[in-house]
Amino acid sequence: MGLESAFGNSFITTTIDAVVSWARKNSLWPMPLGISCCAIEMMSAADPRFDIARFGSEVMRFSPRQSDLLIVAGTVTYKMAKVVRKIYDQMPEPKWVISMGACASSGGMFRSYSVVQGIDLFVPVDVYVAGCPPRPENLLNAILAIREKVEKSSVLDFEKKQ
Amino acid sequence: MKEIIELKLNEKFPDSILEKIEFRDELTLIVDKNKIVEICQYLRDDPELLFDMLIDLCGVDRAKRNDRFEVLYNLLSLKNKFRLRLKVRIDEKDCKVDSITSIYPTANWHERETYDMFGIIFNNHPDLRRMYMPEEFEYYPLRKDFPLLGIPGSLPLPKK
Repeated sequence: MGLESAFGNSFITTTIDAVVSWARKNSLWPMPLGISCCAIEMMSAADPRFDIARFGSEVMRFSPRQSDLLIVAGTVTYKMAKVVRKIYDQMPEPKWVISMGACASSGGMFRSYSVVQGIDLFVPVDVYVAGCPPRPENLLNAILAIREKVEKSSVLDFEKKQ
Repeated sequence: MKEIIELKLNEKFPDSILEKIEFRDELTLIVDKNKIVEICQYLRDDPELLFDMLIDLCGVDRAKRNDRFEVLYNLLSLKNKFRLRLKVRIDEKDCKVDSITSIYPTANWHERETYDMFGIIFNNHPDLRRMYMPEEFEYYPLRKDFPLLGIPGSLPLPKK
């Protein structure tokens, strides 16, 4: 009893972009780069109360090679910047980045010689999440924003990039 | 306990105890930096004193004073339940002091941290590398003349 029987003898028309984007947006696998207290809120976004699985992002992959959404949750120091960039480079295209919390977005309260004043200085960021740390709802909101962005994207967008 | 320590140290190392500070029941001794290894060895091994634990070791930058830097040693005697603080003063031109890693192995990383932050060199240290900052970093961030926001361009970022 598969999809074939549901349609009977009829057929549907659509575009490649619509199908691919639909598939991509409903299974965004995050790479959780939890490097500070924001990681705790990210973890609770995955728990049954907030339930990130409602949006198809519950598969937290601890390998960049299997994920397509990088969540940078925490303070990035200059020494850590190389690691963040390396993880980003290891992710296969297409990929998106969420900068979670004040520290990742702007350095936050650490206006100091050792902390990068915003990760957008070395990786492209799609969505910034405000808060110190942001509530889990706020992170879910960012995932919804990414879903919207993915939905509007075309397969050819990523062809051009490479 | 304080009297015993002072008496014993003065007897064993005459002229090496430069100053004695007592504040709120805490004893601080400023000692000769060339004698620090011998003094620590003696404090640890003497059966009456037995300062068998190094709680912390850190540096201080006094900026305008002649002997600009200080290195602090916080010792604890578990047997006597007594804490002692030693200080050595270091001139900027001769920014070196002997390592006490051979006596307290825990001093290894503490001395690396002090080297990383203040640029104080510890002679005979087994592995004197930077602790927090990248290896190629050229400055010492906890020195008073280092700007809080760092020196632009001194820490490279990966290309976008």
